[in-house]
Amino acid sequence: MNVVEMRHIYKYFGNFCANEDVNFSLEEGEVHALLGENGAGKSTLMNILYGLYVHNEGSILINGEEVHMDSPSVAIEKGIGMVHQHFMLIPQLTVTENIFLGMKETGFVLDRKDLQRQVEELNNRYGFNVKPDAVIWQVPVGVQQKVEILKVLMRKARILILDEPSAVLTPDEVVELFNSVKALSREGYSIILITHKMSEVLNYADRVTVMRQGRVVDTVRVADTDENELARMMVGRDVDLDRKITGADFGKALLEVKDLTVRNDKGLEAVKNVSFTVREGEIVGIAGVDGNGQLELGEAIVGLRRIERGELKLNGNTVTAAAIRERLDEGLGHIPDDRLKKGLVLQLPIKENLIMGMQRSEKYAKGIFMRRDAIQSHAEKLVEEFDVRPADIEYLAGGLSGGNQQKVILAREVDREPNVLLAIQPTRGLDIGATEFVRNKLVEERSRRKAVLLISTDLDEIISLSDRILIIYNGAFMGEVQYDTPLEEFSLLMAGRGSKEKKGEAV
Amino acid sequence: MEQLSYFLAATVRMAIPLLIAALGLSVAERAGMMNIGAEGIMLMGAFAGYTAARLLGSYWLGAVVAMIVGVLFTGIFAVLAISCRTQQVVVGAAINMLGAGVTSVLYRKLFYQVGTGISGMMVESFPSIPIPLLSSIPVLGPMLFNHNALVYVGYFLVAAVWFIMYRTSLGLKIIACGEHPKAADSLGINVIKMRYMTTLASGALLGLAGAYLSIAQTNAFGEDMTGGKGFIAMAVVILGKWTPLGITAGAVLFGGANALQMSVQNWGVAIPNNIIMMIPYVATVVAVVAVSKKRVGAPSAQGVPYIKS
Repeated sequence: MNVVEMRHIYKYFGNFCANEDVNFSLEEGEVHALLGENGAGKSTLMNILYGLYVHNEGSILINGEEVHMDSPSVAIEKGIGMVHQHFMLIPQLTVTENIFLGMKETGFVLDRKDLQRQVEELNNRYGFNVKPDAVIWQVPVGVQQKVEILKVLMRKARILILDEPSAVLTPDEVVELFNSVKALSREGYSIILITHKMSEVLNYADRVTVMRQGRVVDTVRVADTDENELARMMVGRDVDLDRKITGADFGKALLEVKDLTVRNDKGLEAVKNVSFTVREGEIVGIAGVDGNGQLELGEAIVGLRRIERGELKLNGNTVTAAAIRERLDEGLGHIPDDRLKKGLVLQLPIKENLIMGMQRSEKYAKGIFMRRDAIQSHAEKLVEEFDVRPADIEYLAGGLSGGNQQKVILAREVDREPNVLLAIQPTRGLDIGATEFVRNKLVEERSRRKAVLLISTDLDEIISLSDRILIIYNGAFMGEVQYDTPLEEFSLLMAGRGSKEKKGEAV
Repeated sequence: MEQLSYFLAATVRMAIPLLIAALGLSVAERAGMMNIGAEGIMLMGAFAGYTAARLLGSYWLGAVVAMIVGVLFTGIFAVLAISCRTQQVVVGAAINMLGAGVTSVLYRKLFYQVGTGISGMMVESFPSIPIPLLSSIPVLGPMLFNHNALVYVGYFLVAAVWFIMYRTSLGLKIIACGEHPKAADSLGINVIKMRYMTTLASGALLGLAGAYLSIAQTNAFGEDMTGGKGFIAMAVVILGKWTPLGITAGAVLFGGANALQMSVQNWGVAIPNNIIMMIPYVATVVAVVAVSKKRVGAPSAQGVPYIKS
């Protein structure tokens, strides 16, 4: 029997159609993957099912009965629970408080002991092992996700929506998560898995619905399909994300980091005595689970964060305490982790975003006046070369899709001819097509004898692009590995259990 | 000894209006509101309390009317800030000016006559009620237990707010709306309703705090008689890190600064009066700068309107 049926769903945001004539059904006890690129409309569809968005047309049936789904409380009442990609937890409250937040069953005056006991019970039943009185901001993301799932189970949901659940987890935690998911489906829970990772679909789902540009391409049994077919359905053409790095002819060191220590926003040491170099014609990848100091390391190299101790050299010159401007003059290019906040000025057009960082250059400015013609022709050239769409240099950066925003940043940074290109999460949130484009550009920079430092939490990306791979855990390197190292070893190192350079901290 | 006792009792008397206002503000702020109109609302409360006490002949009715006026006046802010999603700081500033203007105009129109003198303007105000036994404890007795009824209401409010925020599901919901409104919404909590409720409740307390000034601490209304106490109450919230006990400590600190100013004037020290009167305000600036280095405890979504997609 179908526990969920969504029929002919339409959803508009202004003129933009996010869901167009979408049909979707979920059988009892199945794991049903919803696969598609970013912006394909997967999350929109599920937010509609959960009552966070209201659809413009179409109908929703839960257990065969039509439901007017206009608020999450309706969805909760109908036994639907959602684990959001960005966790919906209140950092300042405890695990127990988060689980019971908004539940009528608690009554007005809270009986904390009784609530904690209920959490313990659920914990034991599903082997979650979460401390009920821990405060959320103090527990790791893997645990936070378990809290999200407990929250849903406590509300007696039978239909679970998991939105990109593996995005923030270590490989180990991912396996653990999907084991729990399979266990829940065996107990009769029906699960919708929103993802853009094909391996998860093939390994853990029973059926898969593929979406592209707001429409459903097809729904198929996982047993009847394969990776290539799914990729074709998602993108609409063949894609090639295989490793293209060949040969090794490294020159002199362009980026040298020695005994670097950096503090995070809370004043704790986020990067601890880290040393490495990146040479001409080399891509060095820094892999690790989010929050292990890689962001602070990147910011320290760019100059956005003060270096506590240690030394930083660009092109052979010490820039440890140099201003960002001096570092840029030394030939540093930077693709930031957050393109919206650090990469672009969203309210300005493409052409002005394309000269940012070069606004003082004589090429584009004469005294306090900008050279409009030069800016214009520069922008026109890059927009064509990098295939930015729409190819309108007056278009505001904020109106572009993620992939095109990233192309603008990439175009700007590559065009400056940097010696060292620092790319932090360069394909986060991009669809496969744009990912392919960005990765090819990075490889191109390598062939042009630049030094590329790639910081990414996407292990596939690190493996397919890096000459050498450093694994960061808790602010220190766990060791250097080759791209063909077995995955199990990667996941051990990323979880801080080094087989090579053991740090002596049992975790 | 007598001077110390006087100073401590004055500290409490001065702290109570700040305490009541700050407790109200803290609840609304924890739900995600940023109401800088506190000064104007307190002024309205002071005027309404005085007017009602004078016309109806009862200071209790004065307090009740002040709370109602506080709620209504805050309602303007609530509708504009929550439903119309206007910039909260802008609306708050407008509320302050409106409060100052409305009270001045009405006061002059209704009550003020040249030559009447202050005595003609006075109303009967909340009398001191010593609590039997407790008030005869040395030092502590006069400090805590020989005050007017609104002081005891203030004590009660500390406990009530603490209980609601930390011992009830309502408190959890309020905190959730201020920290992560989208998460609250995803759990079926009506963020808009919570913000209205807390904002209007804070309006009632601001009105009461204002009435304290005109019909408990003194027995007459004066133009601009709040003299920045609404702003100081906002500082007290920050200083107290949004917790009822922290706010109590903060209110006592500022009450102490006020009491010190009065005591110093009484002692007749040879410092210009204007300098002495600066004490509470300087204390505000110093205290807020001291804690604002680490703005821990501030609700993450404070002042940000909630927009449902």
